[in-house]
Amino acid sequence: MLAGYSLGELGSIMAMQGFAGLILFSVFVLMALGLAVIFGQMGVINMAHGEFMILGAYVTFLTSKLFTTYLPQAFGVYFFVAVVLAFIVAGALGMLVEWALIRRLYKRPLDTLLATWGLSLILQQVYRSIFGAREVGVDQPDWMMGAMNITNSIQIPINGLIVMVLTTFIAIGVYLLIFRMGWGKQVRAVMANRAMAGAVGIDTERVDRITFGLGCGIAGIAGSAFTMIGSTSPTAGQLYIVDTFLIVVFGGAASLAGTIASAFAISQARSTLEFFLSGSMAQVIVLLAVIAILMIRPQGLFVLKVRR
Amino acid sequence: MAIEREADRLAVQGLRAGYGQSEVLHSLDFTVGAAEIVVIVGRNGMGKSTLMKSLIGMIPSKGGTIRLDGVDLGPLPSHERVAKGLAYVPQGRMIFPAMTVQENIETGLFVHKTKMIPPDLYTLFPVLQEMRRRRGGNLSGGQQQQLAIARALATNPSVLLLDEPTEGIQPSIIQELARTLRRIRDERGLSIIASEQVLSFALDIADRMLVLEGGRIVHEDARADVDQATVARYLAV
Ligand SMILES: Nc1ncnc2c1ncn2[C@@H]1O[C@H](COP(=O)(O)OP(=O)(O)OP(=O)(O)O)[C@@H](O)[C@H]1O
Ligand SMILES: [Mg+2]
Repeated sequence: MLAGYSLGELGSIMAMQGFAGLILFSVFVLMALGLAVIFGQMGVINMAHGEFMILGAYVTFLTSKLFTTYLPQAFGVYFFVAVVLAFIVAGALGMLVEWALIRRLYKRPLDTLLATWGLSLILQQVYRSIFGAREVGVDQPDWMMGAMNITNSIQIPINGLIVMVLTTFIAIGVYLLIFRMGWGKQVRAVMANRAMAGAVGIDTERVDRITFGLGCGIAGIAGSAFTMIGSTSPTAGQLYIVDTFLIVVFGGAASLAGTIASAFAISQARSTLEFFLSGSMAQVIVLLAVIAILMIRPQGLFVLKVRR
Repeated sequence: MAIEREADRLAVQGLRAGYGQSEVLHSLDFTVGAAEIVVIVGRNGMGKSTLMKSLIGMIPSKGGTIRLDGVDLGPLPSHERVAKGLAYVPQGRMIFPAMTVQENIETGLFVHKTKMIPPDLYTLFPVLQEMRRRRGGNLSGGQQQQLAIARALATNPSVLLLDEPTEGIQPSIIQELARTLRRIRDERGLSIIASEQVLSFALDIADRMLVLEGGRIVHEDARADVDQATVARYLAV
């Protein structure tokens, strides 16, 4: 399996695959963040999370087309505009869905599972009707396609770096929002005890709606990043949702640091293994490893220690 | 039907509440005056917590009205009842364990969109100021009780609901709690409804005492007229 590679070359391969995994890692972190925020806040597992990501990808696709047609001279920066639009569109749809569907089902977790699964099918069909069943690719500006040479054999892709920086900002932003800012106190109070949060005067329904929108908006940003590594199709979100669930469970659902660490572990393990093995084999090995670790630590990697 | 007196701050009429199909409270009528402390005594399972939860809106009422300063709270969700002036300290305290003491108190500030914890809260509970950076879950039972009261007071209520405040608290601290509650009433002029099983504590703070049994109010006495033996009989198992 390793035949033909010297130790030095192996090191470079690991490093390169590691960097190549940056975008995948970022997509996973963003997806898992959104999913975990929604689950932690209202105990809803959003089966349509992958479709919110794909919505962001389509928004990015449309933005790139708009720039090519009307603002070709500014094409170099379209991606940043697309990220903002993807967040707004996916977030707005998320708030609408929460208002129309989810809030009626809070007391029935199984029903929210079914309802959001149904929603994912509906969204896929809507995408198919609007954009067609074929995959669409998004062009990136030349400067983002380049790479930085670190040594002769190690290169870092620029788009990977950009997405990585963006993800870092968003993760820090979410952390500050939830743990340092006033609004996050309401979120944590509702997470800890919904009925009691209402009884100290917190409008729990409003907090729910905004949180759901926030989680979906972050999935939309993941979709923007996703356009750099995959082609967008109505069902592409399905490929990512399982891994995202895995990451959230592995990380320990309530822990931000755990989510990031487990996204890193899983995406890096996959992209490194994929160099040597087929993609599906790599996925199987990662899955087995996660199962093994969860058998030892069923509560996930990170848990908060506090007396109840 | 009880006629509302001018001074009544809270007037409950024909209140019925329960869980699912089963009704626990069968048509309660009572009033609470401004700056009055009313203690509701009753044995385990008589419906004290059910009453508190239906007053704050954690469980919907099946009938009757709850008027605070003339406004019926019945159709409102909890947070709007808090905005109207009701505050709740639940049995078991239910502070937010992973949040710091300070953050716990600050959760009570959102309803009136204020930013700062009023300094007199810390004057009332100096321990909480010392411990403000600790997680609420790491406090002792008595400290958690103080925190739950401070959190409720942060909403600047006119009526404070306390569900079995002495439960799980050492006797020495119970006396201090009684003093604190009377002080809160005297300083802020707020009304207090407390449920209780400990008769000595109830006698210590009550202006008026109601006995709840089987979801009905079966006895009522002003503090001066309370016959300890009668009430004790209701509390005996
Ligand atoms: N969540 C619930 N679902 C169904 N029935 C309940 C529920 N909570 C309480 N009950 C029932 O309602 C009745 C009144 O209970 P409640 O908790 O109000 O009593 P309590 O006077 O507060 O008692 P305690 O002193 O033990 O706290 C009891 O018969 C109890 O079994
Ligand atoms: Mg009780």
